[in-house]
Amino acid sequence: MFAAARCVVYRDLLLALRRRSDVATALLFFVIVTSLFPLGIGAEPNLLRAIAPGVIWVSALLSSLLSLRRLFEADHDDGTLEQMLLGAAPLGVVAAAKAFAHWLVSGLPIAVIAPLIALQYDLAAQLFGVLALSLLLGTPVLSLIGAIGAALTLGLRGGGVLLSLLVLPLYVPVLIIGAGAVEMAAAGLGGGGQLLLLAAMLVVAAAFAPWAISAGLRISLE
Amino acid sequence: MLEATNLECERGGRELFRSLSLAVKPGEALRIAGANGSGKTSLLRILCGLLSPSAGEVRWQGSRIQSLKEEYASQLVYLGHAAAVKDDLTAAENLFISCSLAGIALRADAVKQALERFGVPAGATPVRKLSQGQRRRAALARLSVSETVPLWLLDEPFSNLDARGIELLKDLFVRQLARGGSIVFSTHQDPGIAATQVVDLG
Repeated sequence: MFAAARCVVYRDLLLALRRRSDVATALLFFVIVTSLFPLGIGAEPNLLRAIAPGVIWVSALLSSLLSLRRLFEADHDDGTLEQMLLGAAPLGVVAAAKAFAHWLVSGLPIAVIAPLIALQYDLAAQLFGVLALSLLLGTPVLSLIGAIGAALTLGLRGGGVLLSLLVLPLYVPVLIIGAGAVEMAAAGLGGGGQLLLLAAMLVVAAAFAPWAISAGLRISLE
Repeated sequence: MLEATNLECERGGRELFRSLSLAVKPGEALRIAGANGSGKTSLLRILCGLLSPSAGEVRWQGSRIQSLKEEYASQLVYLGHAAAVKDDLTAAENLFISCSLAGIALRADAVKQALERFGVPAGATPVRKLSQGQRRRAALARLSVSETVPLWLLDEPFSNLDARGIELLKDLFVRQLARGGSIVFSTHQDPGIAATQVVDLG
């Protein structure tokens, strides 16, 4: 069972390595969107500091959404998804592995690069840790929830728009708590509570999302 | 033994077949014949559990396949209409990964041997640079390392193959049947293989 999960992660990372441009697109999107705000709003340090957590989190969310559509679509088109359904491991395990691989190539780089982006917003250096940690805990939740939507909209015409409509409302709690963690820390109240909430969300999502994803995949492949 | 009783299939409001029953014993091959759109692929997908029939049930060794789940999946190889190979990976990586997913751990030399037998370049060439026939061969190489799997379900396995490829596949068929394995395959034309039974969907 773990061999299959390892194999799926290995495969998806290998594919990401062969198609580096796909990975770079999502990351560059994040970098460019977050860089546009200071340029558009102007050099008003207080304003920039105030909007930084929200803007970075919204950009991370949109960037995650950008790469979601391809999560199952390519596997569906070339028939490898059918083989995963007929694999020796339960589909839930495979689904969790796919979501994990998606996070490794989309969420993790964002969490790593976010402190660098935060420099543009003149965010205090002691907040970098909270920002990175909130993204580190929050982006896997985005990948897991997004994968449910990607599984449900698989093979639909105009699935991309539907996916956004389906998934974005579900992202809202993660966005509020994630950005809230940094804001609380900035206000000197400590973001610990929000970070724990994010961790709890991650645990719940990791426990239940794989089964929802596999149910969605089975429906879509019928 | 694979048994299906009173299968009924409806796709897009159109009835493809009804009260279809079949049984494939060890050492037997069943050929599904029929025109385009007659439901050959749907029948194969029902037999491997990817599609639920509108009515009827499929049993493997006496148990319903829905209750066997992964246990049934590990007893079969299904090669569908799509080749199930990743364009960006090499043939060797594809074979290794598809076998790992099916629960078969392969050594690197076994992978190389299987591909050589099927005349697929085992080097660093990604599958996207291979011809359609070679891609088909890369997918079929899976069969030569699935000798312990008792049930093969193959959708149009002979399409895109040249004469040499067809010979290789026939050879694999003969050996699978001699081992007491079962094969269910679909073709729209007669491939000149002595199937034990033929189901004609019209």
